[in-house]
Amino acid sequence: MDNVIRSRTPAARAGRLLLQAVLVVAALWYLLPLAVMVLTSLKPLDEIGAGSLLTLPEHPTLAPWLKAWGSACTGMRCEGVSGYFWNSFAIVIPAVIIATLIGALNGYALTKWRFRGAELLFALMLFGCFIPFQVILLPMAQTLGWLGLSSSRAGLVLVHVVFGIAFTTLFFRNFYVSVPDELVAAAKLDGAGFFRIFWRILLPVSKPIIVVSVIWQFTQIWNDFLFGVAFSGHDTQPVTVALNNLVNTSTGVKEYNVDMAAAMIAALPTLLVYVLAGKYFVRGLTAGSVKG
Amino acid sequence: MSALEIQRVCKDFGSTRVLQDVSLAIDSGEFLILVGPSGCGKSTLMNAIAGLEPVTSGEIHIGGEEITWRTPAERDIAMVFQSYALYPSMTVRGNIAFGLEMRKVPKAEREAAVERVADLLQISHLLERKPSQLSGGQRQRVAMGRALAREPKVYLFDEPLSNLDAKLRVEMRTEIKKLHQRLGTTIVYVTHDQIEAMTLADSIAVMRDGCILQFGTPDEIYNDPVDIFVAGFMGSPSMNFVPAVLEGAPGDYRLRVATPGADDLLLPWPVSRETAALAECRGRTLTLGLRPEHFSEEDARLGEQAEGTPLSATVSVVEPTGADILLRLPLGDGEITARVNPDCRVAAGERLGLRVDMRRAVLFDPDSERRLA
Ligand SMILES: Nc1ncnc2c1ncn2[C@@H]1O[C@H](COP(=O)(O)OP(=O)(O)OP(=O)(O)O)[C@@H](O)[C@H]1O
Ligand SMILES: [Mg+2]
Repeated sequence: MDNVIRSRTPAARAGRLLLQAVLVVAALWYLLPLAVMVLTSLKPLDEIGAGSLLTLPEHPTLAPWLKAWGSACTGMRCEGVSGYFWNSFAIVIPAVIIATLIGALNGYALTKWRFRGAELLFALMLFGCFIPFQVILLPMAQTLGWLGLSSSRAGLVLVHVVFGIAFTTLFFRNFYVSVPDELVAAAKLDGAGFFRIFWRILLPVSKPIIVVSVIWQFTQIWNDFLFGVAFSGHDTQPVTVALNNLVNTSTGVKEYNVDMAAAMIAALPTLLVYVLAGKYFVRGLTAGSVKG
Repeated sequence: MSALEIQRVCKDFGSTRVLQDVSLAIDSGEFLILVGPSGCGKSTLMNAIAGLEPVTSGEIHIGGEEITWRTPAERDIAMVFQSYALYPSMTVRGNIAFGLEMRKVPKAEREAAVERVADLLQISHLLERKPSQLSGGQRQRVAMGRALAREPKVYLFDEPLSNLDAKLRVEMRTEIKKLHQRLGTTIVYVTHDQIEAMTLADSIAVMRDGCILQFGTPDEIYNDPVDIFVAGFMGSPSMNFVPAVLEGAPGDYRLRVATPGADDLLLPWPVSRETAALAECRGRTLTLGLRPEHFSEEDARLGEQAEGTPLSATVSVVEPTGADILLRLPLGDGEITARVNPDCRVAAGERLGLRVDMRRAVLFDPDSERRLA
């Protein structure tokens, strides 16, 4: 990494120190809310009112986390967010897989089997990236009703897939443009067909862009609240909706520690995905041509 | 029976016509070379043969069957691409076997074919590597191996050697020639390199602007070019073109070459090479084509027995290439290149006696650029 020749004059060093100091302060500033959340979630309720936001817990406890997970009330029910947490997975995983696969197929067809109007079709698909969610709430509710998918998990998956395709198509299309056409020509001459070429030639070189697509879709869908609240039933609510209900359910005292723990539980999976695959994300976004 | 026959093929991209009425036919086992300047439609023609681009009109036959509208897979063709186009995710073995696998050849047979091809191309030690772990020359071999593993009716090579360095290119050229002689395959081969064209071809098609200007043996293309373009395109250094006025009458034509600052030169046109077209061109300025090797140094020992028409000129540049010496001399309205023996002792600025072999000269109409004689 350190491949830059730097000036070694005292002034330059002082400048660098100042710069680093500013960066550290900025980083701390951005980490502050997270610190407050972690600290609060580990305090018993009586300590929260007593100290300031940043005082360390005197008697650290995991009870708020356990309560948020298993017994906190979200509206009528008092079973914590765990059920909704798995709900979210049950929605996110199929939606991510389907949207990524369809995006990959779209990108492949748009770039390697160019047909009349392919560019126009792609331009229209791009519109999908800019449509505000609110605009489609009513027509989508209507459509789900027709399809008999109202308040079901499958319905929510469908909504997320439809919305995700615009983005995943964009990702894969831009990636496949840089894959040489000769690769596909050679495979055609070798006797492979549309799906075989996709599966055997294109997909194996698509790892970086698959990672990008998966991370993008995962965070988008996991963090979605609007579709979740609009299209899910009581049993199929995603964790974001449950979190909202939990925070808004007031039975006497406001349990900030439980709220914070629940919020962190809800945020954990996206955080984990970034930590585990973040470096591939950057690599995938900048991935260029595939050498053949 | 011709292995490959192309009949009046046209190809349009939008409103531009990229192939114009292309027709040619080659026999089984023949090596056809397509040459021509960049953008003349060579790759487009290859893609049409391979079925990667539909033609606008015309027919293509392979092995006597019409295949104009068949898919690439149904045509029984293998192609080697300029960029090699090796499948990046597969090993060399996988690359070579892929075509066989797609054609549902049993595994044992596939393995045998891979071994055979790897032996032939000496890439046995590379079989487990990925393409990214190979040098340019090795990739080139693998690309050929992939084509050779199947035994299709026609092989297409689109500038397969142009990404290699000069030395490797010469080596691979020889190997391709050997392979062709050994396997007797039918090959269509695109190149920019006219040495490659001359050395490899059984027949050459010279293309320009989507048309085939001339289709013939290397010898015909080189010695009997149909027009100025073909004559100038083949040969290195290329043919000299000198303006010359046609004088005299049938049986005794002469060409007068005027060089500024020198006496006019009169070159007799060989009677054996007269054509009827010449009669109408008397008194006109024509374009005389002389290849550098049509010149030779005057040899005093031969005296009157020396062949060719004498001329003398002041040498402006001497370029020894090792095998021979290239001289630049003023003739006509510019300078020409002559190729002489490497033992010729001449320095720039000296006057040198030369002989020119008019029996091999060619004459063109400068307006239509077509050949006259
Ligand atoms: N898909 C396409 N759409 C429009 N024009 C094209 C297309 N493919 C090729 N052309 C045009 O057709 C002409 C012939 O192209 P082609 O690739 O066949 O040339 P080439 O003889 O192979 O050249 P080179 O020696 O540079 O490879 C060019 O003018 C090119 O711009
Ligand atoms: Mg080309």
